[in-house]
Amino acid sequence: MSGHRPTDPHSGTETTGHEWDGITELDTPLPRWWLWIWYGCIAFAIGYWVLMPSWPYPGGYTPGILHNSQRAQVEVDLAALKAHRDIQGHALTNASLQDIEKDPKLQAYAMQVGQLTFNANCISCHGTGGTGSKGYPNLRDDVWLWGGKLEDIQQTITHGIRAEDPETRSSKMPSFGVDGLLKPGEINDLTEYVVNLSGRRANAAAVARATPLFANNCAVCHGPEGKGNQMFGAPNLTDKDWLYGSDRASIHGQIWNGRGGVMPNWGKRLDANTIKALTVYIHASAGGS
Amino acid sequence: MANFVFKNHGKLERHSMLLLLFIILVVSVGGLVEITPLFFLESTIEKVDGMRPYTPLEVAGRDIYIREGCYLCHSAMIRPLRDEVERYGHYSLAAESMYDHPFQWGSKRTGPDLARVGGKYSDAWHRDHLINPRSLVPESIMPPYRFLAEKDLDYRDIKDKLKALKIVGVPYTQAEIDSATEDLKAQANPNESPTKLKAHYGDKLNIRDFGGGSDRITEMDALIAYLQMQGTLVDFTTYKADAPANRR
Repeated sequence: MSGHRPTDPHSGTETTGHEWDGITELDTPLPRWWLWIWYGCIAFAIGYWVLMPSWPYPGGYTPGILHNSQRAQVEVDLAALKAHRDIQGHALTNASLQDIEKDPKLQAYAMQVGQLTFNANCISCHGTGGTGSKGYPNLRDDVWLWGGKLEDIQQTITHGIRAEDPETRSSKMPSFGVDGLLKPGEINDLTEYVVNLSGRRANAAAVARATPLFANNCAVCHGPEGKGNQMFGAPNLTDKDWLYGSDRASIHGQIWNGRGGVMPNWGKRLDANTIKALTVYIHASAGGS
Repeated sequence: MANFVFKNHGKLERHSMLLLLFIILVVSVGGLVEITPLFFLESTIEKVDGMRPYTPLEVAGRDIYIREGCYLCHSAMIRPLRDEVERYGHYSLAAESMYDHPFQWGSKRTGPDLARVGGKYSDAWHRDHLINPRSLVPESIMPPYRFLAEKDLDYRDIKDKLKALKIVGVPYTQAEIDSATEDLKAQANPNESPTKLKAHYGDKLNIRDFGGGSDRITEMDALIAYLQMQGTLVDFTTYKADAPANRR
């Protein structure tokens, strides 16, 4: 480049020296502030290459003199979080569920942890506030399918219902219609029988016909009086609480299909103390037995 | 040198094809320096146990996931950050995407991350939620996907899909490609024999009707099969998180 480039008389700025049909091109310099930021960025990039992992090459990459590792850092962060939680949380480790309920301070702490955990993990099925919906049990009432004692709740959360877990609660209602265990007419009669059990008006002849059917097929889990059995997760059929609906079509559908909900085994996702806190929270906010 | 460049630059400016050629040359230097080493970088993909190619049903479900644009609102990549690991589980590994073509990491989280959604909810939940998200999560803004439950899965081309994936590097065997249709049906119908399916893809399989009944296979069944597998394959009990090769 020569230093003798013509200057534009109007703006006083150098031109590039190029000329097209009498039109010349100004060579306005970049603003100073912009230029210095740009130089700064280059300097920063060089510093970054030196400090941080940057250049890949066959078989590896330059680790940088700080040997920064995000994966190592997240472990440090998680350990710090755990230590912070353990300041109060360690009290949960050795306390039994009953101890936690008896100690007001510990219970208050467990309730807070439990509520946070509940809102983060449980409400997508059991609903905001835990009131459930069709097919997803209400956790705010005193009706329990698998037991409402502290240990029962803990077991259910940890190992799930019909989940992939060796200790899960696994009993399941047969599909009496789909699998041809009962004839369609018999299922119609049983529907009337169940309606009658819950104290509603039903076809008396059908109820009479279904009485031996109930004793032979249903009583083993739901009990001879239909009051249910929490060992099998068999609901009480004489109350007004219905997981899959109380009308005849729903009851018929349930006998026919034998649906059974699945709850994941949270033991694989939540740690033992968190499950304890969650158990106490659910036990206290529902009519736990 | 500088003089030479400036003197001859006029030539480039006056010949558009020559200019194009030089632009390509200059830009490719940056690309080669940044990208080429990654192909030779053995440490990119961690050594893990449990990772396997997707089953035909999962491949079909993954294609529904891509077709419906799930990735536009859901990421499937848990970053190594405290809050993400707290909420979603172990951060995602490169190995977990090794059979993804293309990967579904996504870049936007209107909805939650799905990298470890497998097993977090029941099949019935996924079904109810896809049909009407608001019936379970009142504040959700996810659109409903009821039609997936009504539409039969078209899997006539499943062998070709596996073949195409094999070309880009997924190690399907010829036997797996040949029995893709049978394997797909066997995973969605618990009444069929799973022997062949298990011989091809191992024991870590969800074999069931995914809540849609075993008389037909719908697009929703395939999508749920894919979702229920997400993030469940790698065995983290044998994964060495603190091995130097896995630190990055």
